[in-house]
Amino acid sequence: MSARRINWFTYASPGQAYRLAGRLVPWCAVPAALLLVLGLYLGLFVAPTDFQQGDAYRVLFVHVPAAWMGMLLYVVLAVYAAVGWIFNARVSSMMASSLSITGAMFTSLALVTGSLWGRPTWGTWWVWDARTTSTLILLFLYVGFISLQSAIDDRRRADRAGTLIALVGVVNVPIIYFSVQWWNTLHQGATIRLTDEASIAGSMLAPLLIMIAACWLYSIAVVLVRLRRLIREREPVGALTVGAR
Amino acid sequence: MSWWGLPPMGGYDFYVWASYALVLAAMAGEVVFLLWRTRSSR
Repeated sequence: MSARRINWFTYASPGQAYRLAGRLVPWCAVPAALLLVLGLYLGLFVAPTDFQQGDAYRVLFVHVPAAWMGMLLYVVLAVYAAVGWIFNARVSSMMASSLSITGAMFTSLALVTGSLWGRPTWGTWWVWDARTTSTLILLFLYVGFISLQSAIDDRRRADRAGTLIALVGVVNVPIIYFSVQWWNTLHQGATIRLTDEASIAGSMLAPLLIMIAACWLYSIAVVLVRLRRLIREREPVGALTVGAR
Repeated sequence: MSWWGLPPMGGYDFYVWASYALVLAAMAGEVVFLLWRTRSSR
């Protein structure tokens, strides 16, 4: 094992974070594009037709990754917002702001694609089901976070207000995840479980996992690009060159 | 299954294509918007 240790506090510096983000973006964006093409090909043209739902189930290859990213990005956002608040770390607060737009986008997509799946499968565009309702609340939390940050001119106060909504709202994420177990809902149970075998055929699981990986990498890439823009807008020009090698 | 009389495209119905088109358009739109904002903020 290498004796060399990474000092993570180094990346709390806007200049270091700016450069690290710049280096990571292509390493995430290129694999994301490749995996997206592969996932779309497998999902649309290779995965077999479901014997019960027909081809309507293919919506799942975009719906599930979008729903996962919506939840996951909110948890990451809350962690960054909390770190930014506790340690007064500006880069963490900027990271939380960067995550919010992509998280809101994926949550919206999860709701709309879920609706597009629900119409042919359930016979309705929308039901006030525990899973769908808690996901709608997640979208409202994202919108609240973004609106609150935009409404306050003082950046420090805006970040603190955003942290409050992020930390209160994070309670909603386990509610979304476990809603299908806690309540008798119309929404189907978890397809992929951490502790149990996936209840989906391998030929369908592969495109789903590839699409999830693509959405992960895509999210990292766009969030880092947005972080770089925020650092450039909010930090003095000199801060970007401090610590440059 | 067709939607409002539209024929199924490539064997799949409106719901499948609409979902994929929406997700790809949103992702592409976010990338284009980010690149445009990045260029205009320089």
